[in-house]
Amino acid sequence: MSAKTLYDKLWDSHVVRTEEDGTSLIYIDRHLVHEVTSPQAFEGLRLAGRKPWRVEANLATPDHNVPTTPRQGGVEAIQDPISRTQVETLDTNCEDFGITEFKMLDPRQGIVHVVGPEQGATLPGMTVVCGDSHTSTHGAIGALAHGIGTSEVEHVLATQCLIQKKSKAMRILVEGKTAPGVTAKDIVLAIIGRIGTAGGTGYAIEFAGSAIEGLSIEGRLTLCNMAIEAGARAGFVAVDDKTIDYVKGRPYAPSGETWEKAVAYWRTLHSDEGAEFHRVVTLDAALIKPQVTWGTSPEMVVAVDQVVPDPANESDSVKAEGMQRALDYMGLEAGTPITKIPLDKVFIGSCTNSRIEDLRAAAAIAKGHKVADNIKLALVVPGSGLVKAQAEQEGLDQIFIDAGFEWREPGCSMCLAMNADRLLSGERCASTSNRNFEGRQGQGGRTHLVSPAMAAAAAVAGRFIDLDDLNIR
Amino acid sequence: MDKFNTFTGIVCPLDRSNVDTDAIIPKQFLKSIKRSGFGPNLFDEWRYLDHGEPGMDNSKRTVNPDFVLNDPRYQAAQILLARENFGCGSSREHAPWALEDYGFKVILAPSFADIFFNNSFKNGLLPIVLKEEIIDDLFRQSTDEEPLEMTVNLLDQLLTTDHGQIPFEVDAFRKHCLLNGLDDIGLTLQHVDDIKAYETRRRVEAPWLFTE
Repeated sequence: MSAKTLYDKLWDSHVVRTEEDGTSLIYIDRHLVHEVTSPQAFEGLRLAGRKPWRVEANLATPDHNVPTTPRQGGVEAIQDPISRTQVETLDTNCEDFGITEFKMLDPRQGIVHVVGPEQGATLPGMTVVCGDSHTSTHGAIGALAHGIGTSEVEHVLATQCLIQKKSKAMRILVEGKTAPGVTAKDIVLAIIGRIGTAGGTGYAIEFAGSAIEGLSIEGRLTLCNMAIEAGARAGFVAVDDKTIDYVKGRPYAPSGETWEKAVAYWRTLHSDEGAEFHRVVTLDAALIKPQVTWGTSPEMVVAVDQVVPDPANESDSVKAEGMQRALDYMGLEAGTPITKIPLDKVFIGSCTNSRIEDLRAAAAIAKGHKVADNIKLALVVPGSGLVKAQAEQEGLDQIFIDAGFEWREPGCSMCLAMNADRLLSGERCASTSNRNFEGRQGQGGRTHLVSPAMAAAAAVAGRFIDLDDLNIR
Repeated sequence: MDKFNTFTGIVCPLDRSNVDTDAIIPKQFLKSIKRSGFGPNLFDEWRYLDHGEPGMDNSKRTVNPDFVLNDPRYQAAQILLARENFGCGSSREHAPWALEDYGFKVILAPSFADIFFNNSFKNGLLPIVLKEEIIDDLFRQSTDEEPLEMTVNLLDQLLTTDHGQIPFEVDAFRKHCLLNGLDDIGLTLQHVDDIKAYETRRRVEAPWLFTE
């Protein structure tokens, strides 16, 4: 038998049938559902008189629209009537179709990509989909996971399958040891800076190499989360001891004899020696510095000790125009040192960076300091109710509150500003989220993507500060 | 889904690369629980000078005269011409819904983001990948005083303008679905036996995937 990539193994084990032209019917093991991309899919089911194929394969939680301020009033108290309708619609749809939902007041509610792994609802070797592009996150557990549109949400609900063609396989090797203060977020931003936001289009990316093996599962979740920002629908990491230790004992994980059987299988989930990839990219971990985006696309990124680049130095005229448009939108001038950029707001949260390790990293920086005077708002939004409870048990909430951060309820929050948390026009934000697109965090808002440690340091300094300063703290 | 028939329409040039789905339809409009009605808010933040919210009377808002969709030449355009990596970012299907609701039937670009590309076909919207040089030519031709008219023939995979003919590639299965207006779910449900057989096998091989 020829050597297989991890992607081959994940794909092959889920093929229900393949047509002559290569179009395949792929079985979906886990479908995660949230309130924004599902209402039209449930409506479609109703109109066609269909039922979910396998109710148990679905797990739902509201995250995009929920308020992060105290929730004692429940769903009825959501101020924006349209947001409220969407959360209520999810509740009704899940009740009507018998789907398990962690509702807004459930302690397990949270961002769907934090909740899935946390519950063990995402397991190695699974196919996982959700009507959200950041579903690539779940690949960190050794799963084949990707975002889908609403038509596909309906398709999965109705058939437990998706119609797909196999992607090409890319391997990104990050070898060596990262410097202190360099996190999974910096690694993935450096990767996107290298291959571009369309670099992974048409590919499924396997992240490998000693620096990736060295990451915790939470770090790998951050890494895979942003595979989509490199254009790849799916990104994943091979299963190792860390994966198995992470999954063990979680509510949806198997136990007893089934556990042993599962582990034996999961240990085969890696690319075979000699497996061939369509493209291999290698990065030296030691050269990666803390990253800060300066523009309106995640590929517009530099190290914190660099300056805002000059479009005049770009030979491709379409690219140069795009850079100039980004500078105009961001209100930045070429040549400005990144550490001289003053900030208005700080956001620590999102499906990229709202897990307990992210909060610990930010709290370690914030401890004993105060948010700078020029920072109008510094938000910390845990990824789930369980992350929030864990952080509170460790006293992280108090560290943040003492430093002048706001400590909020779990949800997507200011990552995409569908709830009340948003930037005003012209405001500049250091954000641990995943997209710095125009208007993403509020119309006219200016987003710089960074790691949780950098966001906390920026909150304290009122601007970005470089690696050495970060180390002194 | 309606069948995709041959038509002739105006080409509207949107000269930007990496147009993301947040730009195509901003998040505040994602709160709708319907599939229709997104057209008036397509490219909302570029198209209007004021901030848009759901429920506003869009006919009373201040339009941005510099945005290409507001150029009198391109009114009623059905073909959108774009640059590389069109539709990147969020998986929101509201993006193709908004484009389709506005009246676009075809998008021409040198490359598309995967999820957007896939979502488009499910909504009768045809994304066509063309070589960079051809896209450059089309940008030149479509910015003339007279708007560029193009006939799109999916059956023969051919685009025709006064400047000549451009053949294009399309996946055979997707072409078949578009031409016949076929619903994916209906097609998949023809294979119920295969799905059930797969599940039976997997229940033995990987019982931890089946909790019920």
